[in-house]
Amino acid sequence: MADSLVKMRNITKNFPGVLALDEVDFTLRPGEIHAVMGENGAGKSTLVKVLTGAEEFESGEIYLNDASTPIVNRSPQEAQQRGISTVYQEVNLCGNLSVAENLFLGRQPRRFGMVNWQQMNRQARAVLRGIGLDINVEKPLSGYSIAVQQMIAIGRAIDISAKVLILDEPTSSLNEQEVVRLFELMQKLQAGGMGIVFITHFLDQVYQICDQITVLRNGALVGQYAVADMPRRDLVAAMLGRTFDDLATIERRPSAVAKKAGVPVVSAKQLGVAQGVKPFDLDINQGEVVGLAGLLGSGRTEVARVIFGADIPETGSLEVKGQPARPNPLASMQAGMAFCPEDRKAEGCILELSVQDNIILAEQTKRGAFHLIPKSEQDKIARKYVELLQIKVPSLDTPVKQLSGGNQQKVILARWLATNPDLLILDEPTRGIDVGTKTEIQRLCVELADDGMAVLFISSEIDEMLRSCDRIGIMRDLKKVGELVGSEMSTAAIMSKIAGDDFQEGELNA
Amino acid sequence: MPSALSRVVKSRLFFALVCLGLVLALDVVVFAITNQQNFFKIELSPANTLTGPLMQILYWAPELVILAMGMTLVASCSAGADISVGSVMVLSGAVGIKILGGNNIENFKVEEYAVPLVLAFGAFIAVGALCGVWNGFLVAKLKVQPMVATLILFIGARAAAKVVTGGTILRVEPKSFRWLGNYITDSEGNNIFPVPTQVFVAIVVVAATALVLRFTALGTNIQSVGINAKASKIMGIRSDRTIWLAFVFCGVCAGIAGIIMTSKISSIDSQWGARMIELDAILAVALGGNSLAGGKFSLAGSVVGAITIQALKTGLLTAGVRAEQMPFYQAIVVVIIVIIQSPELRPMASRTLARMRKFSGKKVVKS
Repeated sequence: MADSLVKMRNITKNFPGVLALDEVDFTLRPGEIHAVMGENGAGKSTLVKVLTGAEEFESGEIYLNDASTPIVNRSPQEAQQRGISTVYQEVNLCGNLSVAENLFLGRQPRRFGMVNWQQMNRQARAVLRGIGLDINVEKPLSGYSIAVQQMIAIGRAIDISAKVLILDEPTSSLNEQEVVRLFELMQKLQAGGMGIVFITHFLDQVYQICDQITVLRNGALVGQYAVADMPRRDLVAAMLGRTFDDLATIERRPSAVAKKAGVPVVSAKQLGVAQGVKPFDLDINQGEVVGLAGLLGSGRTEVARVIFGADIPETGSLEVKGQPARPNPLASMQAGMAFCPEDRKAEGCILELSVQDNIILAEQTKRGAFHLIPKSEQDKIARKYVELLQIKVPSLDTPVKQLSGGNQQKVILARWLATNPDLLILDEPTRGIDVGTKTEIQRLCVELADDGMAVLFISSEIDEMLRSCDRIGIMRDLKKVGELVGSEMSTAAIMSKIAGDDFQEGELNA
Repeated sequence: MPSALSRVVKSRLFFALVCLGLVLALDVVVFAITNQQNFFKIELSPANTLTGPLMQILYWAPELVILAMGMTLVASCSAGADISVGSVMVLSGAVGIKILGGNNIENFKVEEYAVPLVLAFGAFIAVGALCGVWNGFLVAKLKVQPMVATLILFIGARAAAKVVTGGTILRVEPKSFRWLGNYITDSEGNNIFPVPTQVFVAIVVVAATALVLRFTALGTNIQSVGINAKASKIMGIRSDRTIWLAFVFCGVCAGIAGIIMTSKISSIDSQWGARMIELDAILAVALGGNSLAGGKFSLAGSVVGAITIQALKTGLLTAGVRAEQMPFYQAIVVVIIVIIQSPELRPMASRTLARMRKFSGKKVVKS
């Protein structure tokens, strides 16, 4: 067996104004799960894109299977033919086609020149059963959760003879059970000799499943380490390039039960949507960070959307500062709400527009299209928030699509902070972004609340919520099943609420 | 400053200008060969008009420039095109002239105005706007694809124009009707000003559009809706209203273009008037470097695109191409321009170039 599946040497790549990769080396051996880690803009995605031919590179060599002649992949298809497949964080498949069609897109089994549907569906079922997925392959892909879609994408990659599988942030939209399932699958593939490149922000997961870690920082290689020899503190220090500003430095907030100052900013009574979230009550007070915990699809996002008026409520009532609310985004904004949605690409960024346009858009809409914010003020607002949130941008005119995920997230955050909201709704604001930015956002949340803003904070990471929230509402199966305040809040308590009250805390810990 | 230069070279507007340059160069050659005429020569004729090939282009381009404004905004926010503009021009002309003539229409001629001219022109624009309201309703509210939605008026408006005119050509006799699409004349019929009026109409429309977009957030909203309607919705931008507004504006542009078209020939010809002009308008937007799939747009690009098309047509007509064969030659030139502008071409060319260099480099080493 070859000693290495992939050997990249001295890879250098420039983006306009930025050295994205500076003589980076990377080696992947067979049967290895190899984590690539680094903060946003460290060059993880670029390294992968260079390998798969999605981006060109200026200098350096890529060798496959110990070959002596370097290869260059000119397109992801070419890389795929060489056995290198990628599954992205945002699944790149066609939602309106069936699962089977997605699996065999571009390589459908044919008979007499026509697609052989029966054979295709049969093969699709076989492929998916091979990775432990037993679903109806004739249903459209979009009918399944992101987790299942991702498994399907992996199934497709494996079926196209992948020897190298690149998983770009696969776990950031999965719940814990799904992560376990994904890891089982990865270990199975690893045992078969496949090399897996695993890009993630979750330290736990790296230590749980990876053998090797390559750490990048600002486009340069920091080092390659065996996981067993690399204590967490050192890894984080390597990634951040500074002594680790421990996450725990954000103090647990004192319980804010005492803060019952006047009318709640938002008060929902039996608010609900027939096809969506079941009627729920929720008050959010001034200066309070309220969390919403629950599994993916538990209704967390739906609660946020219906409060903001992005979805129209069908039952119940909503009061904003004591006034009945009109359920549409503009009215909500004018009443002082702001909403950072979960899917920043689909619902947040206007990718082709500049950083400045993206930041001022919401405030502009709030003021009305005919009351243009003067250019000088636009510039001032954009500058203020770029500085406050430390958004890394070459200039304010840079299109947002050229920024890394974390910086895009900050731009969206800047957009909403620029509207000076009384209630800031953050739906998974730290998803898929690096440790440093995560801490900054959590800290900002707490600071904003201290300044009197109300915050509704949704996250999949319980730790994160325990650190920043005064109160946590628990969602399960589109129902709000409870609320934990102050000392009641603990990982175990939240988990048991999420899982259902028939679980004992002891069982869960066991 | 190389970076500034490369940014200019990479910008879409630059390519639009290069294409205009190429077409003008073609015109220069054509005029030199066929008429032994200097393409850039402009003279004051005895009739007190500026004449010359360039003036010819300016004489004919304004309708297209105006249509391109509406089409640019429609393409940007709806990721589609309004293919009804030509038919709407004709319908607005038919209704407008009918109102202008009132009971004074005899032998298909308007001998005297029944209503003030301004009111009739208002009717042209109102008809255009109403058509835009209808198109916008279908696209923004009923979510019909723009191409399909506007197909209705593409067919229907021209037929409706024929119903209004009784299927004939209606002429307008009073000279003042000709002013907006020709030269302004005094009572003896002498031209007062040597530049055709429609040029100024186009300038006013373009300037008004640009100013409105510059001093409101409508331009950003239109692009925002075109790029990401979902995100726009969450920011409180009503994509339906934005798209609707763009279609109404496009209709208004068609109405204004209808005024110029009918004024130019003092009549409304519902059979042959503004035939296929919608395709030229769409092409003008594309040639201007604007994506027909929605998103960022440049008004300047569309203006350049529209003038490019007219320059091409004028050149071909001078070269002796017959009107009915024109689309063929037009297509050839368009193919060339579209290939030059293709975003795939540049990386492809640079790769080929790099490979050639590598290849020749190896040979040198061997020898």
